[in-house]
Amino acid sequence: MIELLQYDFMKYALIAGLFASIACGIIGTYIVSKRIVFLSGGISHAAFGGIGLGYFLGISPLLGAVGFSIVFALLLGTASMKMKQREDTTIGVMWSFGMALGILFVYLTPGYAPDLMSYLFGSILTVSAFEILLILGLDAIIIVVVASLYKEFFAICFDEEFAKVRGVPVEKIYLVLLCLIALSVVILIRIVGVILVIAMLSIPAAISGKYTHNLKNIMFLSCFLGAVFMVLGLGLSYAFDLPSGATIILVAVAGFLISNIDTTYYKKLKIKS
Amino acid sequence: MVNKKIVVLEDVMVEYGDALVLKDANLSVYEHDFLGIIGPNGGGKTTILKLMLGLIKPTKGKVLLYGETPEKKRNLIGYVPQYSHFDKDFPASVWDTVMMGRLAPKKCFKNFDENDKKIVCDALKTVDILDLRDRQISCLSGGQMQRVLVARALASEPKILLLDEPTASIDGRIESSFYELLAKLKKKMAIILVSHNIGAISIYVDKIACVNQTIYYHDDKEIRSEDIAEIYKCPVELIAHGVAHRVLKAHEPKGKKRNKI
Repeated sequence: MIELLQYDFMKYALIAGLFASIACGIIGTYIVSKRIVFLSGGISHAAFGGIGLGYFLGISPLLGAVGFSIVFALLLGTASMKMKQREDTTIGVMWSFGMALGILFVYLTPGYAPDLMSYLFGSILTVSAFEILLILGLDAIIIVVVASLYKEFFAICFDEEFAKVRGVPVEKIYLVLLCLIALSVVILIRIVGVILVIAMLSIPAAISGKYTHNLKNIMFLSCFLGAVFMVLGLGLSYAFDLPSGATIILVAVAGFLISNIDTTYYKKLKIKS
Repeated sequence: MVNKKIVVLEDVMVEYGDALVLKDANLSVYEHDFLGIIGPNGGGKTTILKLMLGLIKPTKGKVLLYGETPEKKRNLIGYVPQYSHFDKDFPASVWDTVMMGRLAPKKCFKNFDENDKKIVCDALKTVDILDLRDRQISCLSGGQMQRVLVARALASEPKILLLDEPTASIDGRIESSFYELLAKLKKKMAIILVSHNIGAISIYVDKIACVNQTIYYHDDKEIRSEDIAEIYKCPVELIAHGVAHRVLKAHEPKGKKRNKI
């Protein structure tokens, strides 16, 4: 396996995967504990609109995705705060709206969009040095913001109403969190693709939450699990010549299933003893 | 000593969409009051608390906290929300939860300091659960969780303590020790308590307001049976627990026949 690392593309893939798992772990923990998995799915699919726009304007589709996913995150956040009852409908509408825009932009772009599939399903093996720097930069933003607003994020995820009474600007903080989700989505698009992003944002944190009840520990464990899934998935996809994004997700799903069986069994043991 | 009005509701009306929740509601709460708000479920009790907290705005009328809007002064309130409002599986320890009481707008981007930690320690001591500080909230009993929520409210160093159905999830024995805790706290702050359980709170509170779409309040502790009949839309037989003192007038003697169910 080690000899694989003599290839640049393999090195890049590994680095990108490891850096992406940092965003997965930190932001995924918030997504799972605040129960906004569906909303995050909406943001990630809407990001496809930005990819289309990137093609259309002839800039990096990933930069288009940054702009688009942030705009949609803010729209969705505002909409969900204003109309609490019908939040899921709003998310569903935005979800398809973003994707439809993306398809339209790609159609309007003259010529052929050769690596469009790689944004939909991910293509970790073609990550460029520029994209690694972009991932690194976005990771840095996420870490700095989470470190400085940690207690506010905790408060709005756990008890928004109480935080509001304490004078925390709950709406603004929530929108900041959604923007960080948007950035994580962009990081992950290159790795697993728009359609599979949500799995990497929810599975590691969901597994970790079963083994520890401390928010920080869940973050660390999720980063670690994310990295394990990336490396394993990458290895398997190379060994059996399978698409990398899908293989990474299947490894993660397998991990999720095993952890479910494991915890149910563990609980049964506990009850017996 | 002049007894200051700290909370005022003036001709308040609240509508959620088309549903009328509260109308012509008037209420004054003074410093050192220990007020119980009772009434049927859906009668608007929680709405009154949320008005005081500025979480909802009245359709008509005024709500004042220390003479100003609730948004400006709600940092003086220690809020104990309904227990059912929590996701018990949320990854939080007792310490993390109580620390939330120290949140403040100017503390954004800063860490909690030594003073915050000391205040949280004191709050945990006051409610007698300092030994549970590292426990996860998912491992707490109903009574313990209720104390955590009170400690969190106390950590904000409040002038008013607002409790929404604090005893809904705890059993009778723990309930009385919980009320004893409140009796201890009322020396330091005003307490407003919402409950649908008339009997239990009537022993401990000093004043009672009945709520069903509007507020029946006479600034005292007597529950008039005509108020109760009005809010519950049927005559209700009140039974005082503990018999600390009578909250209802003595019944007219009706011979010796007594039915006990």
